[in-house]
Amino acid sequence: MKILKYLPIAALVAAVPTLGLAQDAEVPAAVPTDVVWILNSLLFLIGGFLVFFMAAGFAMLEAGLVRSKNVTMQLTKNMGLFSLATIFYYLIGYNLMYPLGDWAIEGYFSALFPAVAVLESVGVGADAVDDYAYASTGSDFFFQLMFCAATASIVSGALAERIKLWPFLIFTIVLTSIIYPLQASWKWGGGFLDGMGFLDFAGSTVVHSVGGWAALAGAIVLGPRIGKYKDGKVYPIMGSNLALATLGTFILWLGWFGFNGGSQLAMGSIGDVADVSRIFANTNAAAAGGAIVAMILTQVLYKKPDLTMVLNGALAGLVSITAEPLTPSLGVATIIGGIGGVIVVFGVPLLDKFKIDDVVGAIPVHLFAGIWGTLAVVITNGDASIGTQIISIVIVGVFVFVSSLVVWLILKGIMGVRVDEETEIKGLDMSELGMEAYPEFSKG
Amino acid sequence: MQVKLIIAAIKPFKLEEVREALTSIGVRGMMVTEIKGFGSQSGHTEIYRGAEYAVNFVPKVKLEIVVGADMADQVVQTIATTAKTDKIGDGKIFVLDVESAMRVRTGETNQDAI
Repeated sequence: MKILKYLPIAALVAAVPTLGLAQDAEVPAAVPTDVVWILNSLLFLIGGFLVFFMAAGFAMLEAGLVRSKNVTMQLTKNMGLFSLATIFYYLIGYNLMYPLGDWAIEGYFSALFPAVAVLESVGVGADAVDDYAYASTGSDFFFQLMFCAATASIVSGALAERIKLWPFLIFTIVLTSIIYPLQASWKWGGGFLDGMGFLDFAGSTVVHSVGGWAALAGAIVLGPRIGKYKDGKVYPIMGSNLALATLGTFILWLGWFGFNGGSQLAMGSIGDVADVSRIFANTNAAAAGGAIVAMILTQVLYKKPDLTMVLNGALAGLVSITAEPLTPSLGVATIIGGIGGVIVVFGVPLLDKFKIDDVVGAIPVHLFAGIWGTLAVVITNGDASIGTQIISIVIVGVFVFVSSLVVWLILKGIMGVRVDEETEIKGLDMSELGMEAYPEFSKG
Repeated sequence: MQVKLIIAAIKPFKLEEVREALTSIGVRGMMVTEIKGFGSQSGHTEIYRGAEYAVNFVPKVKLEIVVGADMADQVVQTIATTAKTDKIGDGKIFVLDVESAMRVRTGETNQDAI
């Protein structure tokens, strides 16, 4: 039986040379449905493991931008949040996000709640797959899970160096099981935002701004790190390893090809593969635009280029193009990303003015550039309406910010979210974990 | 003959050049320490992620050279000309009397110990 399963593919492979030789023959037949299903699933799997690797990118970026006394804790949080996202997206998130038309409250709340994700049976045949016109449920679940985990990763960087481990992880559970999947169902689950005509291709709003809003609420509840703001002045706190931060940024850049390219959700036709290719090229262009604009702008404003801003600029470029990576030309994609770079260079000091301490620049990168990217859809996509984009940004923003704020305040009331002063000064690594990232370079 | 200690704080990038110049005039040893400090240069400001911060202590290299009194002026002149960039922060040179000196291996003292 196993062999029979592969026969259609074998037949296709055998047919390929024939198609190539028969140049004057009739136009080749359309791609068979089985093959479309296989290619779509393959797109999700490749996209999924690229987006998975973004977890490594976030971990390295954050490890590089915190002080060496907090690196082990930051890495521990990254391992914890990704693994918890995996578990809770399975338990609750996936079916809350994709009701498949089965709503408890039409367009607002899935009827598949609370229900765990269930994959197709082992060795399933074409007649028994969940959606023969789409892709395997396993690949879809795997791909979508990675977006949920990326959202949680955004939060950890902003709150670094002062938040306790367990309250942070509890927030991650709420974010990945309820807050993220619920608002994502409004757009990607076919809910009311989708019905309104809101366009967000791969998630400038649905993913990035959501992580940004949750981080903003957390940063406000937590307060700034000791010594960051004194007597109305900002005292910069340097990152410990810019080589790791740069590696992390390049890993995120790589992962973004899966993030945006996979969001085409189809690879079974020439048109789809051409579109995925456009998306890869545009995504890359936007990152380059963001990086270069940040480099030039910091040179002009501060007389020296600031690498940390260049890294943030590349990421802001990526966030900016995420809502519409398909329709722009390469030039327009570069400009959209470049404006993301401008947003970061002005957004970072702006947050400092309000004494909101965002260690890695997650809020300017993911929230501010996420809003810009969502608005930028109207530049090249004629189906987008600026009014609908704005209303959707506001609805998602208010929901995520308020619900996150409530969760943070409850956690603060129950168990406290912030480490005590001595722990913070000594470093979370030794105080909370008894383990340093670089013991051979420690002063103790 | 009397022995002198010359202490010089110079810009770190000038260390190799100064070492070469000193060995070429016959200096046979020196002690080198990486230090931080401030003088009339009194630090400077940098910008990190849009916020200005002060660098109050500037990295320097400290040389300690012990020579016979007859060579002291030549050593000072050599350091001064080699380490000079004409920009603020070139450093300082001090000359002190050394009460006694001894070579550990042989027990030779003062001028013989150098």
